[in-house]
Amino acid sequence: MAVLVVAEHDNVGLKLSTLTTISAASQLKKPITVLIAGYQCQRAAEQAAKIKGISKVLVADELYYQQPLAETMAALVQQLATNYTHILTPATSYGKNFMPRVAALLDVEQISDICAIIDEQIFKRPIYAGNAIATIQCLAPIKVITVRITGFGLAEASDQVAVIEKLNLKVAEPTVKFIEFATNPTARPELAGAQIIIAGGRGLQSAENFKLIEQLADKLGAAVGATRAAVDASFAPNDYQIGQTGKVVAPELYIAVGISGAIQHIAGMKDSKVIVAINKDPDAPIFKIADYGLVGDLFKLLPELEQILDNES
Amino acid sequence: MYLLYNCYTQNQGIIGFKSIMKILVPVKRVVDHSVRVPIKADLTDVETANAKMSMNPFDEIAVEAAVRLKEQGIAQEIMVISIGNEGCQETIRYGLALGADSGILLETEQTLSPLNIAKILKQVVLEEQPQLVILGKQAIDDDCNQTGQMLAALLDWPQATFASKITVNAVQQKLEVVREVDGGLETLLLPLPAVITTDLRLNKPRYITLPNIMQAKRKPLINRPLASMNLNLSSTLSQLQVEPPKERKPGILLDSVAELVDKLKHEAKVI
Repeated sequence: MAVLVVAEHDNVGLKLSTLTTISAASQLKKPITVLIAGYQCQRAAEQAAKIKGISKVLVADELYYQQPLAETMAALVQQLATNYTHILTPATSYGKNFMPRVAALLDVEQISDICAIIDEQIFKRPIYAGNAIATIQCLAPIKVITVRITGFGLAEASDQVAVIEKLNLKVAEPTVKFIEFATNPTARPELAGAQIIIAGGRGLQSAENFKLIEQLADKLGAAVGATRAAVDASFAPNDYQIGQTGKVVAPELYIAVGISGAIQHIAGMKDSKVIVAINKDPDAPIFKIADYGLVGDLFKLLPELEQILDNES
Repeated sequence: MYLLYNCYTQNQGIIGFKSIMKILVPVKRVVDHSVRVPIKADLTDVETANAKMSMNPFDEIAVEAAVRLKEQGIAQEIMVISIGNEGCQETIRYGLALGADSGILLETEQTLSPLNIAKILKQVVLEEQPQLVILGKQAIDDDCNQTGQMLAALLDWPQATFASKITVNAVQQKLEVVREVDGGLETLLLPLPAVITTDLRLNKPRYITLPNIMQAKRKPLINRPLASMNLNLSSTLSQLQVEPPKERKPGILLDSVAELVDKLKHEAKVI
């Protein structure tokens, strides 16, 4: 019996979240099948076929998968499910949306947001905003799992190519209709896969000042993140939010500027390799988890940092 | 092209939109978000005895969303439901103080998984016949993010998760829901009946006043043993251990930006 990974992709390529999920799936030591449900998604399927550990790629190519709706995704995965012992997908807004629907249709419980795999039945996952790590055993015949994208590293390319099989399964047309997707166009890297992230908090004081973060990000080729406080105050768009209920990230370098370090924010970034904190309050909790701290006025320190980076480049 | 009539007057509803008769809002009682929950010495669980308890913040947003739909005349009646021990009455009363009309407590001491909760809620939906269920996208204790989607699947209803805006499309008799997703905002046209789960930016729940609390005491709250529903609520999940997360090594405070750049370049080698 094999393991099924439901891929997050944009039809032309896989998202990094899928590479992490495949990396997690490979720990189960079984053949891995990847499902690509999309529209004109051949290129994403070809990319999946060249990843290490993949034995088969299933392609469901229909117009109604172009904007993946939970209703159609769940109906599709349900039809495939009985061939697999485990079904995994990233714990991003993509996977969180449809996977519990799959679990309920199969009448099995879901294990959300796993950060470690102990064996076929036992998994670890954070609870209480990452304040505790629970070890969970699941005896369901099919394990339906969403994978925390910072926990497992990225799957590598292979010199072998897996077979690509076109699916001819029909699902009912959804009654819910996609209207539009509004995005914030940016040339910066995606938060999920960024090597460097610079995040701003309430200490930035205004949307105008938040541009300091963006300028510095562009100097370093970094992605930009924000705390809930900064997003709520409209300094930054919603999808910049990092934390318990926002995005979870683990870059090589995380620079927290004007961020006090509420537990809900730390939950989303504490797995970063190197953490830098810049804050005027020496008692801010962010310093407890930072590798390097600078205590001082960010409005003085950030321009200085930019200057030094300019001089060196 | 579709038309959107969002011109409304208090209680008259939206012209052309047949109002929603009943909204069901499931609410969970959780350890308050400000409490840092300790882990028991024997690593079996977290210690929640005597902790301050509150309504799950996302569920509070769900109640507020329902109350606003009622105030706009889009909905007529709001019922809150909680599943748990006697203490959940307090959580339901809070929902009533926010503006819900009635409450049900399905009383049990059993720890229930999201799938079990979804099965119970399905039964309640079949009995109470709401056209809309609004609930939080996740609870801040187990952080599962499952119940709304599971309930929608069990009912074969459409869903709109992580909602940051709900408006009415009167021409189509549907709701338009803006969802917070990675990379931006997605808008769905959602037919009723449906399940909506709430995200943070949907609204800011109102402060409740003393008169609200007094009024809430007079609103109907039914207390019913969960066992009376005769559902099979077994679980395949068991929690083997709860441990603290790995601590990060303590870092160092630096004196200057120049020193920081030097450390990042030569010690950490990340820029």
